Amino acid sequence: MSLSIVIEFIINVLSMGSLYALIALGLVIVYGICKLINFAYGEYITAAAYLLVFCAGLSLPWWVAFVLAILGGALIGFLSELIAYRPFRGRSLDALLVTSFGISIILQRVFQVFISPRPKAVNLPAFMSATISLFGITTPLRNIIVIITTAVLLLVLLYIMQKTPLGIAMRAAAENFTTARLMGVNANLVISTAFIISGFLAGFVCLFWVARTGSVEPTLGASPLLIGFIAVVVGGMNSLPGAVVGGYLYALVANVLSLALPTSLLSYRDAIMFVIVICFLVLKPEGLIRGNYQEERVG
Amino acid sequence: MENKSFLEVKSICKSFGSLKAVNDVSMRIETGEILGLIGPNGSGKSTFINLITAMLKKDSGSVMLDGVDLSSMPAHKVPKNGLARTYQTVRLFKNLTCRENLIIGAIGVGISQKEANKIADELLEEMGLAEKADSFVENLTFSEQRFLEISRALACKPKFVLLDEPAAGLNEEETQHMLDLLKELPAKKHIGILIVDHDMHLIMTLCDKLHVLNYGQTIAEGKPEVVRANPEVVKAYLGSTAE
Repeated sequence: MSLSIVIEFIINVLSMGSLYALIALGLVIVYGICKLINFAYGEYITAAAYLLVFCAGLSLPWWVAFVLAILGGALIGFLSELIAYRPFRGRSLDALLVTSFGISIILQRVFQVFISPRPKAVNLPAFMSATISLFGITTPLRNIIVIITTAVLLLVLLYIMQKTPLGIAMRAAAENFTTARLMGVNANLVISTAFIISGFLAGFVCLFWVARTGSVEPTLGASPLLIGFIAVVVGGMNSLPGAVVGGYLYALVANVLSLALPTSLLSYRDAIMFVIVICFLVLKPEGLIRGNYQEERVG
Repeated sequence: MENKSFLEVKSICKSFGSLKAVNDVSMRIETGEILGLIGPNGSGKSTFINLITAMLKKDSGSVMLDGVDLSSMPAHKVPKNGLARTYQTVRLFKNLTCRENLIIGAIGVGISQKEANKIADELLEEMGLAEKADSFVENLTFSEQRFLEISRALACKPKFVLLDEPAAGLNEEETQHMLDLLKELPAKKHIGILIVDHDMHLIMTLCDKLHVLNYGQTIAEGKPEVVRANPEVVKAYLGSTAE
């Protein structure tokens, strides 16, 4: 195998893995605290992507569009928690789960009815589709951008979670919400922050996702949601590092399969991925990184 | 001389169905005092301490701390209003370091980050846990975890601390260490302590006053030596074979 193939492989794994890690993080940050798998997360990504389309329609500069899409993602995360989840907090987790399906469906229909059921083209700045030559190979520039962006985001997130009072409170709440609350930790603040970070990450995800697909449609969020879910199952539901590991591992396996499978089997790649995931659910349901889940002792 | 605070439980009641778990219990503690709450298993101690920390909703009565009724506020506001607690089963955050556990205690009651860091480091120093400040809780011995949980309660800068079996699971040496520490706390931190424990030596040595519950009612209160001689108490603890 020549060196250039190795480098290309590494860049592919890292760029794909970075995107998947971001997707998975957005899911886990909410799950860790609320124990809610937020099925509306995919629609946060879609909504942010539509914002990109609108900004392009208004001929705003690309960086304004990017910032608005990211902030829009954060805003929809915040609002969905405030409007839809908060009234059900303290009810059963099933109620929250159904609520999240509800938000997901409502948002999809809103996109269909008020925007368009058909895909809309997104005009991204030229550098998002440009290619560069690196170590003798040619790769899309956005692959490099997503790797760097993710690294920066992970560092920022790490800093927030480790050093700020809010981050420490979020980690405490993720471990044992009841006790954290009894210590006086502000539950609304912690949960809102989790949803805002989740939406914020969805905003970043949409930039790179849309750069690959080139268009936005109402069901755009379904695929990233599925990927995020798989990464989270593999990496571990209760751990932020687990989500990141799961994202990169997913990308690694997918790329290895792409290289290793004969052409005739290549279309079964996703099916093989799912078999792997099912094995994980059976053999190691807590994921690679166990995280901090513990049952509340009663009495 | 700083002002004294008072924690006053007035005629508090709680029933579960037809069972009167806590029936018309009153008590009073002030700053500087250690009050021991004892009683046989099932006497209502746990219900009682859950009532005064508002983790259970009372049926009637009140828990006044300097004129504020703790029992009618949500449980998460109780520490901010001056009453912090520890739990029978240690409830520290295992994935946080010792220092971070204390910081949670402090910021939970609205203390600023800067101040919280300072409080945490001071308490770790006082408790002899300074060198474990950045260790995760799971790397602590059980007795260290007990001390850390008490420190976390103190990090709330409370006026009163409720200790739920702080010596449970400790060996004799560690219990003595705990006793020495608790003895000093009221004067040093200007707080009052309400302690529940089954270790009679600890309770008798430590407490200024005792309060004995049985079947949800007060059967005796007063100085340890007086309470110990009370026939009702002896009967509750040793059974009623004498009758």
